[in-house]
Amino acid sequence: MAIDAATVRKVARLARIAEPEERIEPLVQELNGILQWIEQLAEVDTDGVEPLTSVVHATLTLRDDVVTDGGDAARVLSNAPKSTDGFYVVPKVVE
Amino acid sequence: MSELTKLTLKAALDGLKSKSFSSVEITRAHIAAVEAARPLNAFVLETPDKALEMAAAADARIASGDAGRLEGAPLGIKDLFCTKGVRSTACSRILGNFVPEYESTVTANLFDDGAVMLGKLNLDEFAMGSSNETSAFGNVINPWKSASGGNKALTPGGSSGGSAAAVAADLCLGATATDTGGSIRQPAAFTGTVGIKPTYGRCSRWGIVAFASSLDQAGPIAKTVEDAAILLTSMAGHDPRDSTSLDVETPDWAPYVGRSVKGLRIGVPKEYRVDGMPAEIEKLWQDGIDWLKEAGAEIVEVSLPHTKYALPAYYIVAPAEASSNLARYDGMRYGFRAEGGNLTEIYENTRAEGFGQEVKRRILIGTYVLSAGYYDAYYLKAQKVRRRIADDFDQAWQTCDALLTPTAPSAAFALGERNADPIAMYLNDVFTVTTNLAGLPSISVPAGLDSGGLPLGLQVIGRALDEGTVFSVAGALEKAAGFRAKAERWW
Amino acid sequence: MTNAFTLKGRTGDWEIVLGLEVHAQVASNSKLFSGAAVGFGAGPNEQVSLVDAAMPGMLPVLNKYCVEQAVRTGLGLKAQINLKSRFDRKNYFYPDLPQGYQISQFEFPIVGEGEVIVDRIDGTSFTVRIERLHLEQDAGKSIHDLDPKATYVDLNRSGTALMEIVSKPDMRSPEDAAAYVKKLRAILITLGTCDGDMEKGNLRADVNVSVCRPGDYEKFRETGSFSHLGTRCEIKNVNSYRFIQQAINVEARRQIEILEDGGKVDQETRLYDPTKNETRSMRSKEEAHDYRYFPDPDLLPLVLDPAWVKEIEAGLPELPDAKKARLMADYGLSAYDASVLISDGEVAAFFEEAAKGRDAKLVANWTLNDLLGRLGKDGLEITASPISAADIGALVGLIEDGTISGKIARTVFEHMWDGEGAPAAIVEKHGLVQITDTGAIETAVDALIAANPDKAAAVKEKPQAIGWFVGQVMKETGGKANPAAVNEILKAKLGL
Ligand SMILES: [Mg+2]
Ligand SMILES: [Zn+2]
Repeated sequence: MAIDAATVRKVARLARIAEPEERIEPLVQELNGILQWIEQLAEVDTDGVEPLTSVVHATLTLRDDVVTDGGDAARVLSNAPKSTDGFYVVPKVVE
Repeated sequence: MSELTKLTLKAALDGLKSKSFSSVEITRAHIAAVEAARPLNAFVLETPDKALEMAAAADARIASGDAGRLEGAPLGIKDLFCTKGVRSTACSRILGNFVPEYESTVTANLFDDGAVMLGKLNLDEFAMGSSNETSAFGNVINPWKSASGGNKALTPGGSSGGSAAAVAADLCLGATATDTGGSIRQPAAFTGTVGIKPTYGRCSRWGIVAFASSLDQAGPIAKTVEDAAILLTSMAGHDPRDSTSLDVETPDWAPYVGRSVKGLRIGVPKEYRVDGMPAEIEKLWQDGIDWLKEAGAEIVEVSLPHTKYALPAYYIVAPAEASSNLARYDGMRYGFRAEGGNLTEIYENTRAEGFGQEVKRRILIGTYVLSAGYYDAYYLKAQKVRRRIADDFDQAWQTCDALLTPTAPSAAFALGERNADPIAMYLNDVFTVTTNLAGLPSISVPAGLDSGGLPLGLQVIGRALDEGTVFSVAGALEKAAGFRAKAERWW
Repeated sequence: MTNAFTLKGRTGDWEIVLGLEVHAQVASNSKLFSGAAVGFGAGPNEQVSLVDAAMPGMLPVLNKYCVEQAVRTGLGLKAQINLKSRFDRKNYFYPDLPQGYQISQFEFPIVGEGEVIVDRIDGTSFTVRIERLHLEQDAGKSIHDLDPKATYVDLNRSGTALMEIVSKPDMRSPEDAAAYVKKLRAILITLGTCDGDMEKGNLRADVNVSVCRPGDYEKFRETGSFSHLGTRCEIKNVNSYRFIQQAINVEARRQIEILEDGGKVDQETRLYDPTKNETRSMRSKEEAHDYRYFPDPDLLPLVLDPAWVKEIEAGLPELPDAKKARLMADYGLSAYDASVLISDGEVAAFFEEAAKGRDAKLVANWTLNDLLGRLGKDGLEITASPISAADIGALVGLIEDGTISGKIARTVFEHMWDGEGAPAAIVEKHGLVQITDTGAIETAVDALIAANPDKAAAVKEKPQAIGWFVGQVMKETGGKANPAAVNEILKAKLGL
């Protein structure tokens, strides 16, 4: 499953990372190098193996439905690059 | 430098308790050491005023007789931990001057026990790296120099390079660190310090900048095994704010250090004898085996057949989780925001300029392996291999109580030496990454020096939640190795 | 199954196929994964926790009440409750999605297949199969009109618990789709799991629309193969019954036009614009969405204790379908009346309160026709009715015991609406008591016959002309004479 330039561009777009044109070829090389190395996993017989998503041998604990947070807009806005009247101000979204 | 900085944490706590010196005194000594050690670039933010304020408060508590477990002890905090009111950056440009309105659970636990914060420690950006060369604040330089390598600056390892260097250079009595694939243990091995990654779920992840959620685990880097035990006891504990935090009791681990290992069965996994392993590492490993045998342990050979697949599996799972965990760094609510003609451009420029090369590489890999059509071949496959790796360990526990392996395949290498080839860099974690995938506790103990006089570490791996045995075995190794070497001060 | 809704095209008939994804906000105090309050009307970002704002290192912790409500809803939809489910991340970038992903349930939802029986206005009903119900986080709100150069983001809604209820493509007309949402809403309100407030967006539908030729849908149902159906478009976030129907109509028309021109419908997400009555594409076409779902590593599998599910089941209220059956059996109501009553739990409760010890059919008529009609005119909910259930019952009681006629009752009703009090008091005050005293009626009838001998003779030939006499007597008595008594006396005196 070799990656080509178009795939790198598509993936960079999905990840919202601008990659200049001159970085595309080097990235193709780097990513293919890593992926080829990763592909040795194909050697492992995993038929019937349950994927392991968490090593914790427990199930989700649930919290009570009580209000314990919020009520402080300044606290969540304190690091905002831009905010006005309690809102985050972000670049114009054109839908 | 003051003799106070040369103390172990244990000795310092004893001195504080007996009022041989005050917290303000020992904190001042460490502040001076930190300032003098700026060439190491271990700290990215020094907080001397806060440290002295905390120290004075500690002294007051000592005077009034309600001292905590770590009362008055100055520590360094890896800048992956969010600290309330103190800039926290994960050593990434993208977080800019982010000042959290909250304190991570682990640092809160330490401060509740009376610890003093000296400042924030350097690390690989978002903890992604094994040499501390990806930090937005520049490389950390290992206090150790190789007798055979000229005067070259060496890596302290990564990602907790700042924590390891600071402890090795006596800039703090201990430091917090985190470990996703070896980021506590490999730097500990490279700097002659002790580092433990506890069982996944022992330490709360709340307030620690996430790299790969299913693998990340906090732990201490310390000067001795006992110090590591004291620190971990304070850091660990159930936290209802982290759904993966284990609701189990936290033992006091210090008494486990020094406990006899007589009758313990120590497994030696044959698959860790990798091709091209330096003879010195091989020799050190054999030393460790001999020491434990002499201490009365039984040595058994075990097999962990899927060991070689751990790193490739890790390089699917970790980047996949990271690609999603790092999506929140988008320049909208905090941190750095770049210019751009429209929203998409602003996203793309923010993340292009805000993240470094290695972080971007991992985000791209992670995005790719999760994308439509590739999920099963990569992510799902890796999760299945992960199960196989965990099963290998379960199998091993049938015949042994702990495992002994080298920590890293080499001693500290020169900065810049392995940057060109990412896979060569990734191979640093070949012995450590397996326990992240399986969630097991594992410690690195300094056990000897290589021919260039650089420290080498041995790793002890235990059953889930059996840190006690890990500390006992590590203590036995420490005692037998009699490792006393310190980096000669050049800074 | 009834005949599908048909649209005439230039090249022949078309049918439509509709599947709905309804997002119902869980009526909880706090959010799905954080302790911030859920509510409406707070200042911007006042109901936001560090978790909702996706601060570094913040972690989700699941709200037990929200899980319980999903299970309750699942049970109410007669659906499979999955004792083991999982949360996944759906990754995409948007300024009102702070984490850069939505925590949802993709592969293993908490609720599996179920069904909803939907009643039509004509008294028939149909079944919509439920594919699944899962829990997920809502996004924040982007406000585009406060600043010409910037978008404002309020995260108050961010992280609020939603139940996404996904139907199979079982609806075939705009009316059926609206009726399905109406029924689903009644179930949710009865269960108390969602307040059903569509105006606030607490209940909103994504409508999947496709068109096909007659016969194709039946092939799909036989084989289960979607290849028999056309390409669907998803119209996002439609939040009224009227808009659901309008959106379906214009979207189906749009697709038919494309197909009849030899074109191809692109599978995409569209937005319904009610002011222009059109749908339009929401995202640029070249950017195919790839959400990169994967299990959320911050959360463990959700495992339900079967005993807890049983306990929830035991505490379920009477559901609309059961209530409908009971109303028909216990009160002898028609299927239509019963289904109108259950479409709103409050109305049914009002009815049952009013019907205590009264003629149920009469009470149903007064409730459904007079009271609901009058409330509708003023835009009021039954809970805000100025007339109590007890007073409607008392009004019917006065009709039943002959104190007033049905006609007088309408007058009494108007006085009740104006807040003049209990019906008996109104009857008293305005002297509206019905004349049942046969003597008084006989006197009036005698006088009438005496004054109109020719008409009295003619009525023998043409018995239906008695109506004139009845009208005259009623006029004479100010409408207060008991119509039954008037009829009886007239018939006797006229020799009919
Ligand atoms: Mg949907
Ligand atoms: Zn949804």
